[in-house]
Amino acid sequence: MLKYAVKRVAMGLLSIFIVATLTFFLMNMVPGGPFVAEKSISQEAQAALAAKYGLDKPIMQRYATYMTDFLKGDMGVSLRQRGRTVSGIIFSKFPVSARLAGIAVLIALLLGIPLGCLSAYNRGKLADNTIIVFTTCGIAIPSFISSVLLLYFFGSKLNILPTVGLNSLASYIMPVTALAIYPTAYITRLMRSSLLDVMGQDYIRTAKAKGLANFKIIFKHALRNAVLPVITYVGPMLAGLMTGSFVVEKIFTIPGLGREFVSSIVNRDYTMVMGTTIILATLIITANVIVDILYKVIDPRINLK
Amino acid sequence: MKARRLIAILLVVCVMLTLASCGKKDKAASEMTVQIGPNPETLDPALNSAVDGGNMLITLFETLLIIDENNEVQPGQAESYTVSEDGLTWTFTMRDGLKWSDGSELNAKDFEYTMKRICDPDTAAPYGETVVGMIKGYPDADKLDVKASEDGKTLTIVLSYPCAYFDKIVAFGTMSPVQKATIETNGDTWATKPETYVCNGPYMISSWTPGERIVCTKNPNYKGGWDSEKIVTDTINFLLLEDSSAAYAAYTSGEAQMIKDVPTEEIPSLKKSTDGGDFYVDTILGTYYLNLNCKKEPFNNVNVRKALNLAIDRDYIANTIMQGTYTPAYNFVGPGVADAEGSFFDNAVKANGGETYISKDYEANKKAAKEALAEAGYPDGKGFPTITYSTNDSGYHVAVAEYLQQCYKEVLGITMNIDKVEWASFTPQRREGNYEMARNGWVMDYNDASNMIELLYSTNGNNDGKYNNPAFDKAIDDSKVADIPAHFSALHEAEKIMMADYANVPVAYYNDFWLQSSSLKGVWHSPYGYWYFQYGYVEEAPAK
Repeated sequence: MLKYAVKRVAMGLLSIFIVATLTFFLMNMVPGGPFVAEKSISQEAQAALAAKYGLDKPIMQRYATYMTDFLKGDMGVSLRQRGRTVSGIIFSKFPVSARLAGIAVLIALLLGIPLGCLSAYNRGKLADNTIIVFTTCGIAIPSFISSVLLLYFFGSKLNILPTVGLNSLASYIMPVTALAIYPTAYITRLMRSSLLDVMGQDYIRTAKAKGLANFKIIFKHALRNAVLPVITYVGPMLAGLMTGSFVVEKIFTIPGLGREFVSSIVNRDYTMVMGTTIILATLIITANVIVDILYKVIDPRINLK
Repeated sequence: MKARRLIAILLVVCVMLTLASCGKKDKAASEMTVQIGPNPETLDPALNSAVDGGNMLITLFETLLIIDENNEVQPGQAESYTVSEDGLTWTFTMRDGLKWSDGSELNAKDFEYTMKRICDPDTAAPYGETVVGMIKGYPDADKLDVKASEDGKTLTIVLSYPCAYFDKIVAFGTMSPVQKATIETNGDTWATKPETYVCNGPYMISSWTPGERIVCTKNPNYKGGWDSEKIVTDTINFLLLEDSSAAYAAYTSGEAQMIKDVPTEEIPSLKKSTDGGDFYVDTILGTYYLNLNCKKEPFNNVNVRKALNLAIDRDYIANTIMQGTYTPAYNFVGPGVADAEGSFFDNAVKANGGETYISKDYEANKKAAKEALAEAGYPDGKGFPTITYSTNDSGYHVAVAEYLQQCYKEVLGITMNIDKVEWASFTPQRREGNYEMARNGWVMDYNDASNMIELLYSTNGNNDGKYNNPAFDKAIDDSKVADIPAHFSALHEAEKIMMADYANVPVAYYNDFWLQSSSLKGVWHSPYGYWYFQYGYVEEAPAK
């Protein structure tokens, strides 16, 4: 188990290194630069800016410098948000996104797992069909639609929820809802199909033959096995949500990390692109490693070698 | 069932929270909430190049001179100034008792430091050349001829050539004074934190949540050109919204009293201010135009440029495609730009026999366009190569491109392809002249026609069309004189030359359009694209 864990962590680190290297060279190949503006900057000023941020050096040297600095924990300064460091921006914004994501995932689990069970338990009945219709909508409707609809009805028309920022408990309702819709629907469906699958297994039939109550069969015997796919899904999903949603943060004006991903690329803010990409890669890889290890804890049959 | 109960409980909690937050609205202090743009990349006056950043700067800082609601230059931190007869030496006398927002003394020496800092290439100020380029000694910061007297009471600036509009230059946001002490202690980070952001304007920053809001409070140490008695609102909240539907929701819910980013799809349903509504449209000093790459075939032929210029229906573009948020442009320099006497635009029309350079008669223009194309050797577009129009994809740009494509085909028989380019790649591509036809636009930095016309000067960094006419360059050179009427007459001459050359295709004049609640008073919009909030206040609705 320990050997396996060490191996997974080492593979994870290698993946992060590859992601960082690829991103570094790819972003430098894209035309344009961080100091582009509609109004031209004088040659002297451009040269001074390039020298200040080391952009005048050959790309291999820049790569080496970046990687060495990064290993020392220095992610550099943002090229566009002058005076702010990349780590400063990430560490001030990440907690906001992570908090929202945490609440959204919690809600998704609290709603998704019971709804999935309910649906599987009532297979083919009205409750099942209703849940399927709603989950299909939840999966099909992208967050930019649901966010705008929420904003329009609860913010604009009914005027009962604040529309800007996260300054009160009430202001969490709309963004968390918008973030939680998709994972809730997905977990419900995942839970339903996985539970139905497990319910067809021999040991469940045995339990039924023993005359156990349906309720007991589901919660005591079936659920534990059926929840595995959900756990596989939740890890990377949480990592993805924690780095923020561009759409939801933009529409509800949340000072989270999600917007930085997109705007750093549009602005060619090289150091920010590197910082955000490495953070996202690290989170997703970490989540996957944790999920693999959790598997073993939940299902001792799984052999980690 | 459990799940249902849980949902029910959650809903009840939500409603209670909402009601609780609604009840807290008893305001002891006066405030107003506005939206003028997203999170500013920088609020360092020397580094800012964005209009919304500039708008923040005029609220937080005060320059030597300021521009009032009638667009007149007025004393700001300087109480008066004199100009030598040759127009080269400008002497500013500072007000007494000026202070920074941290309470320390501010004097002419701070302005000397500020201008030298802007000049220093290490600062890399995007507007450096624009604002200090005419001062003697530029680009060497140490030699820049700006001197504060020993007592800090006067500031003497010597120019290398007469600049008739230097008063407007010193009123420009980039020239806002910055405090040496805070910059030397905090480096670039000084402009990112309220604690270190020392300013001298009517308001100062008390909190900044990047990407959400900037809260400004009245600066108790303010002294300057604005009337302190009229600065009544304690707090101004700048919402840093990026999304126009979010801005619209903030406005309709009453959270913001003014928003700049109005969703274009809402425009047809909004009631204009001229009809008693809350939707405002007002001129700004800018022109939306098309670049023709004068270095490339067939655009190096004046008749081709003439045909492409006259074939389009500007009225249709501005009023139908752009929903009336722009004004059709028949001259390069639009209305609102000052002249020696009156308006530059009006005087240009008067001098041109009461007509704009491009006629407003579209039918006649179409005919002239066809004739010009035939004269260029391409009757009915025969033999004319397929051309490519480059544009970035935002606002009305693609809709305009599609109109041009259709119009050139119908009127001239020319095939035009559209090349949509992502923003960060678009500008460098255009600047390098790596295009045939491209969208362009310019919003003026200061109210002098030179700022617009000089874009076509052969060596100007923004001469993306690579236009080069020695007669035009000479007229621009001639405009650099202290004699104000001579300055403007040279600029009129330059505009006449470039319009006769069809150097580019003016399409429409920019306007700002915004929503403003009738409860928000005392705020005005200037043709620079700024809103002046210093005298603004929210009038409470009368109790029912």
